[in-house]
Amino acid sequence: MPEPAEPQTEIVYRHGWATRIWHWLNAFCLFFLLASGLQIFNAHPALYLGTQSNFSNSLVSMTAMRTGDGSLRGITEIGSMDFDTTGFLGASRDSSGALVARGFPAWATIPSYRDLATGRIVHFFFAWVLVASGLAYVCVSLFNGHFRRDLIPRRGELRAMPRAIGDHLRFRFGREAHYNILQKLSYLIVILGLIPTMVATGLAMSPGMDAALPWLLDLFGGRQSARTLHFMTMSLLVLFFVVHIVMVLAAGPINEMRAIITGRYRVRPEAKGETS
Amino acid sequence: MTVSLTRRGLIRAAAIGGGAALMSGCDRIVQNPMARAFLQRAEDLTMTAQRSLLDREALAREYSESEIIQPQRPNGSISPRDPDYRRMAANGFADWRLSVTGLVERPQSLSLDELRGMPARTQITRHDCVEGWSCIAKWTGVPLAAVLDEAGVKPGGSYVVFRCADTLGREKYYESIDMIDARHPQTILAYGLNDETLPVANGAPLRVRIERQLGYKMAKYVMGIEVVGSFASIRGGKGGYWEDRGYEWYAGI
Repeated sequence: MPEPAEPQTEIVYRHGWATRIWHWLNAFCLFFLLASGLQIFNAHPALYLGTQSNFSNSLVSMTAMRTGDGSLRGITEIGSMDFDTTGFLGASRDSSGALVARGFPAWATIPSYRDLATGRIVHFFFAWVLVASGLAYVCVSLFNGHFRRDLIPRRGELRAMPRAIGDHLRFRFGREAHYNILQKLSYLIVILGLIPTMVATGLAMSPGMDAALPWLLDLFGGRQSARTLHFMTMSLLVLFFVVHIVMVLAAGPINEMRAIITGRYRVRPEAKGETS
Repeated sequence: MTVSLTRRGLIRAAAIGGGAALMSGCDRIVQNPMARAFLQRAEDLTMTAQRSLLDREALAREYSESEIIQPQRPNGSISPRDPDYRRMAANGFADWRLSVTGLVERPQSLSLDELRGMPARTQITRHDCVEGWSCIAKWTGVPLAAVLDEAGVKPGGSYVVFRCADTLGREKYYESIDMIDARHPQTILAYGLNDETLPVANGAPLRVRIERQLGYKMAKYVMGIEVVGSFASIRGGKGGYWEDRGYEWYAGI
């Protein structure tokens, strides 16, 4: 069949209002939670396994060391390995340009200067917003069929997964009306896996919640393990964010942005069927 | 080539500039008193939620002897330079007295021996610092509830204020808790740590343990207990040294 000169396109309504509101609220919350969380982390930039902090045996630590010539070096220790991370982790420049000891640098934290109290105020405020909006989204999505219709993978899709992975690695995207299998899986992992893990590990760090729900401690293997898992799950969310942005840019940023703002998405009709 | 480099340079500069503007904008937001007060409303929500979830008597987890793997890490004041405190410490706290005042029927002045003579409680618990670290230690002391009962709390006595001997920055440390925490079975005035006399670094001769809250609530070097109806007129009015500096009064999280 001859290819039409202009590929025919069609506008479909792709994202419901609940999905769009939740997407942007989430983006906003996760930004503030990340930057204030790094501020909180900077108060004691080390991670441990187990119930308590074994100060002589941390899993990860970011420290500053004075070298022989008097200059400050940032050292990141992972297990028994040391890395010089001066300028980024352990020691970085403050607003006056001087190297100071701090875990994550000023540009990554809220506030940019060292202020644990404010970091906590920001963190817990947005934690509440994240939990409230997440619960509302899950309720609406169960009710309006978004989960069933858009997110739960179909059997055929799982079988076609190797091809979907290959297509994505080559940045070859079909502009389909529905989420492809990799989108479905990654969104489900974020919604049902990463965000609930963030909330639960966060609560496990609260001495009040530990008295109310002691199983939280057993679930994660102790308060310090929960803190480490909180950090690792955060890293996975940042990884998701990076891949998400790359995919949006590769798949057509204007179309994707319009879809997540207005719900309207331009699809290629031939892409709706089988792609080959 | 030059064009693409320049363009790349421009994008890079825009990203860095945009990022810097974003973060300094965030600094300005959190410094704005109204925005801050709004964000801080979540504190009330946290306390209400935890208090409704928490049984009044629900205990913090207690651990076994084998989990004491290191000395209790001291933090904040670790060697007060206040002359009165130094004098008492040099004397082994022989003339130290705990005063119990405020809204009480029978104000008290208790010596260490008198406190040690009261029914004691020993607990191996996890100390959670607001900075993020945790440390397990064994604490021995007299339940605060017993001291309060000895003094007899008058109607209207809603909070217990701890007056401390140490100066941090330029002010004497102080803290406050409500009667739910004050009367909790694990809330003790500790004089022993890991089977020994409480060392100076950890708050000798007496510190409070409030096991369902963070470390900064657990005042060290306690000299006086004052029962009050409100702490609004004390110092910064927020109920504690760190609270006056922006930290939460309810530190269960």
